[in-house]
Amino acid sequence: MPLVVLGIESTAHTFGVGIAREDGKILANVNSTYIPIHGGILPREAARHHTNVAHEVVLRALKEADIRLEEIDGIAVALGPGLGPCLRVGAFIARVLTSSYNKPLIPVNHAVAHVEIARLTVGAKDPLFVYVSGGNTQIVAYSQGRYRVFGETLDIPIGNFFDTLARELGLPQPGTPQIEKLAMKGKNIIDLPYIVKGQDVSYSGLLTAILRKFKENVCLEDLCLSAMEYAYAMLAEVVERALAHTQKRELVLAGGVARSKRLQEIMQCVAEEHDAIFKVVPDEYAGDNGAMIAWTGVLCLKSEITMQPEESVIRQRWRIDEVDVPWMQ
Amino acid sequence: MDAIRCEVLAKGAEAIIYKEVWYGFIVIRKVRIPKRYRDPRLDRILRTKRTVNEARLLYDARRLGVSVPAIIDVSIENTTIIMEYIKGIRLRDKLNSMRVEEVAKIMRKIGVLIGTLHNNGIIHGDLTTSNMIISKSGNIFLIDFGLGMHSDDLEDIGVDLHVFLRALESTHTHVASICFRQFLKGYKEVVGEDKMKKAVNKVYEIRARGRYVPPELRK
Repeated sequence: MPLVVLGIESTAHTFGVGIAREDGKILANVNSTYIPIHGGILPREAARHHTNVAHEVVLRALKEADIRLEEIDGIAVALGPGLGPCLRVGAFIARVLTSSYNKPLIPVNHAVAHVEIARLTVGAKDPLFVYVSGGNTQIVAYSQGRYRVFGETLDIPIGNFFDTLARELGLPQPGTPQIEKLAMKGKNIIDLPYIVKGQDVSYSGLLTAILRKFKENVCLEDLCLSAMEYAYAMLAEVVERALAHTQKRELVLAGGVARSKRLQEIMQCVAEEHDAIFKVVPDEYAGDNGAMIAWTGVLCLKSEITMQPEESVIRQRWRIDEVDVPWMQ
Repeated sequence: MDAIRCEVLAKGAEAIIYKEVWYGFIVIRKVRIPKRYRDPRLDRILRTKRTVNEARLLYDARRLGVSVPAIIDVSIENTTIIMEYIKGIRLRDKLNSMRVEEVAKIMRKIGVLIGTLHNNGIIHGDLTTSNMIISKSGNIFLIDFGLGMHSDDLEDIGVDLHVFLRALESTHTHVASICFRQFLKGYKEVVGEDKMKKAVNKVYEIRARGRYVPPELRK
């Protein structure tokens, strides 16, 4: 019998449960996302949402996969990185399920899960990942036992940059598609700070500069166009450096912002210039989801990475380069 | 630009480096090439800015006595700089095979160079061992000032050092800490203990500011 793992995602705004099988088949992927009425994510509000929907999401996932909890080989949970109150909900449910059904608990790193689901669904072997979302902006590749960071944001992640920008400009959330839509009507590129420092990017200065221009009544469409072109060009530059440095032959775009068409276009170009094959994670696995935790849980379980429920403390700042990934050897 | 002979020396991420003979001199021609993935207007702005910037900073650094290639000609229209050719090897390709004492000596020298730049308001912007050439006589030349700037701001100084430390850690993992320590010795000779300490603290502050702090920096 191939292994089957149930995975729980609750690091930020999404509570998700996925079920994955050893052969790479995703049997279920059920997700419920907390959408704030005003402003950004309030961790405690999001956690309350997760608590409210958890029961139903677990049941729906089991139904979708047509499987009973007894038949599952392990319960995987994202223990970090993420927002404390949200992480605690997922960890709590995982502990309850593992103790009640006597299953191993599998600790999964959320960032590792994003790149692993991308690797699985696009069929890549050993790519350079551009992992872009509301919570992370990292350029990651496998080297010596772990995924290493070859570039990242020094301050806010790119998705957060677009979300905040959209909010300040009076646009709805999530920000990236909103900004991109308006950018298509933009005509002029405005002079803005372009900040690349070594292998890293910084978006906070760009954000401040755009908001200042907004107050000076610069055309909204031009602002969006410039914001997008600057933000992506900065990222493309460090990706290019990382590709040259790591010599990887595949480039994979992962995380929620991977849905951006313009970013896909840019990364395609970058890949071509470096003779790399370019692939994008499918939409349903781009944002936070339960399936990615389940699939990474399968990989961990096969490498015997499990822990006792009482050891399963959450880790808000758990970096991707702290996690051993023995299955990549 | 009457080049008689011309060979591509390197193809970097943003520029092509040609080695050629120019009125009897061996020179480097650095041409910043357009990037297809950028909006053409943004691309123009960036290439022009960096060409001007690099030329200015190279000139200013040289006036301070920091060894950098001498500028011979600049064409903003063609985003091209013609500069002196430095005979030597990139430190990146040599460092890992050098003896520790040698590495220490070189790092101290680099510390003096960067200290001099920082003391005079110049930030290199991309301090890696790929951007340092070691000449036959053991002199260190700094190249590639395209991401540099004029600044006395402690934040910018801190980021400059952070980038260097990070580059050492990723490319010369086993000697990174010795390298940085020796580098700081040379750096201190120029900027003084007080300014050195402030800069180093800033480096740690910048690192701790990242989204997630690596375990070795947690207190």
